[in-house]
Amino acid sequence: MTIKISTQAFDPFHEVQSYQSTRLDNLGAIGATSIFIGTMRDFNENAAVKGMTLEYYPGMTEKQLEEIVIQAQCQWQLIDSLIIHRVGNILPHESIVLVAVWSSHRGDAFDANRYLMEALKSKAPFWKKELLITDQERWVASNTNGYKQKS
Amino acid sequence: MSIKVRYFASLKENLGRSEDELTFTRLLTAHEVWNCANPGKPLPGNSLVAINMDYVELDNLVKDGDEVAFFPPVTGG
Repeated sequence: MTIKISTQAFDPFHEVQSYQSTRLDNLGAIGATSIFIGTMRDFNENAAVKGMTLEYYPGMTEKQLEEIVIQAQCQWQLIDSLIIHRVGNILPHESIVLVAVWSSHRGDAFDANRYLMEALKSKAPFWKKELLITDQERWVASNTNGYKQKS
Repeated sequence: MSIKVRYFASLKENLGRSEDELTFTRLLTAHEVWNCANPGKPLPGNSLVAINMDYVELDNLVKDGDEVAFFPPVTGG
């Protein structure tokens, strides 16, 4: 398990490749890799957004993410997992979050990745403040439920 | 006993400060800690509270040396 809080922009594709080639030693066991990348949009809730600041709670954020990964490890057969989350000032098109899960089988990889992402959204202490194109600032009030059916 | 109180995001912005160091002579719940630190300012109903970086309920007791944190719903990812 690796959890990183990044104050700098990161390339999630490079991070996954680098992690797999340098940090995983049982490559023969890997049958499935599931990758989720969250990217900053240039719009939200009917407004054009030109930037965002992500605040976090150093110490608690990492602790909550570790507990989420441990819960996933209890429920699914995982070889390893990598979470990187950006903080600080972010621009549209930049990556906010990477969740990568390595497993022997796709069911574990898909389901654990989805669990990790939804748990991160509801439990990890991060807060987004948007800077609109009008120069108005606003806090994002809450995260939506990713499992909710679209009407 | 002494307690560190921390605030994040919109709560921090609205209060105009990020933390308090408080001293109490009796055991308090997390909610009572908020009320002592912020008289006349009710804790927003959707706030989350953590003691020593674990989520707790508002009626959890706070011990000497604890760090209590109050913050709005989380919006990461």
